[in-house]
Amino acid sequence: MTILETHNLRHTFGGLVALDGVSFRVQPGRIKAIIGPNGAGKTTLFNIIAGVYRPTGGSVRFRGADITGRSPDAVCRMGISRTFQNLRVFGRMTVLENVMLARHAHGRAGFTACALRLPRCRREERAAREHARQRLADLGLDPLADEPVHSLSFGQRRMVELARALAVEPTLLLLDEPASGLNTRESADLASRIRAICDGGVTVLLVEHDMTLVMDLADEVLALHHGKPLAEGPPSAVRNHPEVVSVYLGGDFDLATSAQSALRLRQP
Amino acid sequence: MVHLLQYVFSGVTVGSIYAIVAIGFNLVYRTTGILNFAQGEFVMLGGMVAVSLATVLPLPAAVAAAVVLVAAMGWLLEVALFRRLRRHTLLHMIIITIGLSIIIQEAARHLWDEKVRSLPYFTGDECSSVRLFGAAMSPQVLWVLGITIVIVLLLMAFLHLTLPGRAMRACAANPAAAALAGIHLPNMRALAFALSAGIGALAGCVISPISMTHYEMGGSLAIKGFAAAVLGGLGQPMAAIAGGLVVGLAESFSVSVLPAAFKDATAFAILLVVLFIRPRGFFGRPFAEEGRNA
Amino acid sequence: MTGPSCRQALTPFFLAALLITGAQLAATAAHREFYLTQLILCAYYACVVLGLTFLVGYAGQISLAHGAFFAIGGYATAVLTTTPLRNSTEPWVAWLERAHWLARRPGLYGGEILTVSPWAAFLAGLLVACLAAVLIGLPALRLRGHYLAMATLGFGLIVYRLLLGSAFAGAADGITGVPPLRLGGWLEISGRASVRVRNYYFAWGFALLTLALLRNLLVSRIGLALRAIHDNESAAQAMGVPIGRVKLQAFVLSAAIAAAAGSLLTHTNGGLGPSEASAMKSVRYVALVAAGGMASLWGALAVSSILNFFSLRGWFGTLDHAVFGALLIAIVAFAPGGFGFIWRGVGLQRRLFRPRKKRLDDDPRNP
Repeated sequence: MTILETHNLRHTFGGLVALDGVSFRVQPGRIKAIIGPNGAGKTTLFNIIAGVYRPTGGSVRFRGADITGRSPDAVCRMGISRTFQNLRVFGRMTVLENVMLARHAHGRAGFTACALRLPRCRREERAAREHARQRLADLGLDPLADEPVHSLSFGQRRMVELARALAVEPTLLLLDEPASGLNTRESADLASRIRAICDGGVTVLLVEHDMTLVMDLADEVLALHHGKPLAEGPPSAVRNHPEVVSVYLGGDFDLATSAQSALRLRQP
Repeated sequence: MVHLLQYVFSGVTVGSIYAIVAIGFNLVYRTTGILNFAQGEFVMLGGMVAVSLATVLPLPAAVAAAVVLVAAMGWLLEVALFRRLRRHTLLHMIIITIGLSIIIQEAARHLWDEKVRSLPYFTGDECSSVRLFGAAMSPQVLWVLGITIVIVLLLMAFLHLTLPGRAMRACAANPAAAALAGIHLPNMRALAFALSAGIGALAGCVISPISMTHYEMGGSLAIKGFAAAVLGGLGQPMAAIAGGLVVGLAESFSVSVLPAAFKDATAFAILLVVLFIRPRGFFGRPFAEEGRNA
Repeated sequence: MTGPSCRQALTPFFLAALLITGAQLAATAAHREFYLTQLILCAYYACVVLGLTFLVGYAGQISLAHGAFFAIGGYATAVLTTTPLRNSTEPWVAWLERAHWLARRPGLYGGEILTVSPWAAFLAGLLVACLAAVLIGLPALRLRGHYLAMATLGFGLIVYRLLLGSAFAGAADGITGVPPLRLGGWLEISGRASVRVRNYYFAWGFALLTLALLRNLLVSRIGLALRAIHDNESAAQAMGVPIGRVKLQAFVLSAAIAAAAGSLLTHTNGGLGPSEASAMKSVRYVALVAAGGMASLWGALAVSSILNFFSLRGWFGTLDHAVFGALLIAIVAFAPGGFGFIWRGVGLQRRLFRPRKKRLDDDPRNP
């Protein structure tokens, strides 16, 4: 059984081909990583799955249903939740409110019920608050619940965003470079949390530059280059794939070095 | 046929004024990211100042002085007000420029009065007419068209051939890179404000004999100019000309089918329709608006 | 915002009720009950500003069409209740009369005239305003920032020009002679001096009710969603908020409040003119929202009542518009919090005063 399946995705921005013929599957309960140099089309791929872009061609299926071109909120309500590469938390709201917002789709009370504060509205609000507090406690954020998010550190905001994405109770979690901007200790901490999330039954698809993290965490890796799939398989196989090595060593400097170091680190 | 031509001429005349307002919008928007709702007030001020000066100065001198004065005011606005507000959100900037347009309007009402006034015709008088393709029109129409063309050509030459013009385009394209290249951004922003105020004032002078000058005229000019700018694609200075002509023509032809009272409603309806079906305009690039959101 | 206790939320209402009662008693004691007439109008204008605060301050969607929505409500009332239906034999007129949607009253020159009843006209005004808001909001709310401002301004100007150019709406003169709206036997909404005090309490009750409903909305999941949209639209959408629908509902609600206020004010004044729909009015409402502190319902209520009272009493003279323009720039440019600091102790801003349990630098991961 597959949880997410893309078929021959193609996306162009004007004349620029960002994605071309990308097909892959994600199995439930696994962690899949998408790697590739800058401009390989990783974030475009994410945005297509999350419904931000409608692909120029191809399709996305989630648990058997075609979700190509659905709006981001509809995709979210189906059980796909995400974080953003460049943090998009609600700075003017408190940590708790940020996470409570993610319970929006779990509520039903409309304008009338809320304006009159009918019992149904209060009940839902209480449930949302309890759920949000639980998510915050899971990630150790509960002492910060009432702080406005703009007063938090970068690493803390990343965790708030993760808590918010989890509060949706997703089947599939999309993480867009979750470790960028984190120090080594924070990123190791993050890896164990992602592993725990996956053990809790959530399928994870992540885009990441930090090779150490990818090699440690992923059950499966898809390498993209210039919008085309280059290699797919278990981390060890992709790491030693000759084309991947040549792209990384010959291409982007940062990635080449980080790939090198990752390769060296993983030698037995 | 002659009737048709008459409508075309009057449409093109008001259309060129809308085009100039739209170019002013674009100049400031591209360089500063501000959509100056007070753009129409510059047109009003140009006419008002020139009418007052024309009582003591010869007409050409009065017009020139009005343009310089209003341009100086545009410059001053940037230096005294907008320069201090760089950190405000888009919502705040919209509200501030709207407030500005009200203040300019009210100041004009108190400085002058609520009377409708106008400059004398540049050549001839209200009775003289020239015939073109069989249609009769005031020579002032030729003045409007001529001056619009001259403004557009000079502006193009300025933006593409001179150093400050190129610097200004660099600011619009990439402010950070322009600053790194040694361009003084605040000066460029002030220059954009001054230019847009100056051309607006000139337009206010040439149109004054035909459509009169009144302290309240700025608001609806601003919206029609904005309609023209959006029609061409916001941020595309030259595409605004086509936009202006379309709005002007539509307005002038609407008079032939609708009561005259609905003339303005037609222009606004066009604005709404364009915003709704193609907000980036007909020559615009795909949405560049993302991220500027407040 | 997360669960303010009931008593905390009710305190400002209690204070406001005291202030309102006090103002009435003072005006009566000083034999200056005519002040109450302006205060009644202030209450209705304040409702428009409250609805707009909800939309602009919290949801972050600017509207320069609220003068038009106010006028739609007012004109629906004025036109329908003053246009005599002559052919009362026609089937649709008979049908309307059987449904009690028509009313007969003595005409100015003797005899009886038959018009739409004030209640039916009130509902018609609400309906038309909601419909207009949906039509304009559906496409306009997809737009952002400048575009939304211009689209709503354009719509407002269309309404203004149409009212100015339409004979049935009285063109530039507007409409007068609007009959009172009766609420039971006790109260009629009209400008008569004998019912002034009752109208005063009704108007302010209406304003406080509006505020209470909006406040309830703001602390609920809807309010949370709207604030999230204001903060970051794409993130709110990614978290499952159907942003288009929520924004449209907020816009329609805000327009409906304006239309209701417009209709009630028309009954109070006995008529209205096209200037209610002018861009200047819409801009004024936005100015008052800004002066109230953008995202503060109590601030909006207080500031709009005070400034509108001065304006209606003619204190600003010929500088009336200029005062509002200057206020806009001064407040937004130099004190974005508005006069809100005065009311920071009450209502939704109470959070600032709650004692901090933990310090900011308490990292949960370094115990």
